[in-house]
Amino acid sequence: MLLIHCPWCGPRDEIEFKYGGEAHITRPTEPDALSDTEWADYLFMRTNAKGLHRERWVHSAGCRRWFNVARDTVTNEIFASYKMGEKPPVEGGS
Amino acid sequence: MPLTLLKYGLRCSYPSRPFLPDEREAKSTYDVVVIGGGGHGLAIAYYLAQDHGIRDVAVIERGYLGGGNTARNTAIIRANYLTPEGVAFYRESMELWRDLSNVLDINLMYSERGHLTLAHTDAAIRTMRWRAEVNKHLGVESEFVGLDDLATLCPELNLSRSVRFPILAALYHPTGATARHDAVAWGYARAAANRGVHILQETEVTGIVREGGRVIAVETNRGRIGCGRAVQAVAGTSVQVGAMAGLRLPIQPYPLQACVSVPVKPVLDPIVVSGSLHVYIWQSQRGELVMGGATDPYPLHGTRATLDFKESLTMHILELFPFLAEARLMRQWAGVTDMTADFAPIMGLTPLANYFVDAGWGTWGFKATPVAGKRMAECIATGRQPDILKPFHLERFRDFRLLGEKGAASVGH
Repeated sequence: MLLIHCPWCGPRDEIEFKYGGEAHITRPTEPDALSDTEWADYLFMRTNAKGLHRERWVHSAGCRRWFNVARDTVTNEIFASYKMGEKPPVEGGS
Repeated sequence: MPLTLLKYGLRCSYPSRPFLPDEREAKSTYDVVVIGGGGHGLAIAYYLAQDHGIRDVAVIERGYLGGGNTARNTAIIRANYLTPEGVAFYRESMELWRDLSNVLDINLMYSERGHLTLAHTDAAIRTMRWRAEVNKHLGVESEFVGLDDLATLCPELNLSRSVRFPILAALYHPTGATARHDAVAWGYARAAANRGVHILQETEVTGIVREGGRVIAVETNRGRIGCGRAVQAVAGTSVQVGAMAGLRLPIQPYPLQACVSVPVKPVLDPIVVSGSLHVYIWQSQRGELVMGGATDPYPLHGTRATLDFKESLTMHILELFPFLAEARLMRQWAGVTDMTADFAPIMGLTPLANYFVDAGWGTWGFKATPVAGKRMAECIATGRQPDILKPFHLERFRDFRLLGEKGAASVGH
């Protein structure tokens, strides 16, 4: 079981959280200007990192706020939790 | 095959001959290189040699034969899917399964037990009625059954109303089956090797060499192997291998855990699945109860097992079969599944002229082993996407022609 550090509530068990997919994927500001390939990329393509992965989590059984986590997808090591809108504190990975 | 055992019994020396021919030295180049020596890759190699006369083939495998998700799946075979494209595809697989023991001359222990998918909600009932109609229309035996029929089909099942999620009805698929998954890989491997295919184990692909929109060689830990064509069938690492060829695949890695109980006397004939309770269970010929549940809730490239999974699984199993309370678990494992956005696989041509992909097999790959092998071999031999594979083309994502199969998934997601 992961011990996830919620930026507002502190370290809590994984069961209180829900995973919300890869972080830092911005919705295109002008969807009409996108080709089908670009729109499909936005919808379906994710990095599938083998190693450092930045992802969204929500503290669904706690404060119900969204935040980001930098986690290793091979070892499950969590490097950092940070608030939405903050710059990722961990460099590297994909 | 029926006389094989008798002949073997009358021999003076045991074993009479090695199962697989000795591994040969890798050649410097092959017509077709198959990346991945699991069921799918070996089946592709077999059908290339058998159906299309293409024998200059190498299967390269990082570990040992069938040691990946071929060994880790829970060996359920069925065709009661939701989309017409999916049902037609898996129906062809069922037809191949029925004769496969004879074709490969190996006992696959293929056994049609019947397959029950339980409904606990009105929404599930709606999907099951829908599936039954699609299935029947396409010639797959599939019936929506009520509680009376269910009590006859599986008397062991707890149909009480005083549980947290009472069973309301079920989808019954009489031809649902199981087979011995290791033997499938071994059978295809031997049949392919007997037809001249080279099988190179402990050979890991480290790079794919391209030139002008074509693949010309694969780099391995045993050196460079030239190829006229190449195909990848590497469940769990499809994205990483595809990236070596410059491909981007819409796949995420989610571990799926499973476990078996200690062997017990025969207590359960059909395969029982509950998507709502995240449970499936059947009893193997060895007496072990094979159980699986939901994929893990977040991506991971690892095969660790967790206590939460077993707590949730056993809680729901006991709701369905309270008499299993004393059964002990014997073994547990996990496999990394390639989940696509629409819960359907990705097969066939790629933007590279001579590179083919067999990926995105999520939690539904084992049952498709024969048909995926046969049709991928056809695709590679002819250079065209066979009609039955057209809906599974990689470009369906770009074209927004997804194949929503989530409603037919046995595994909770």
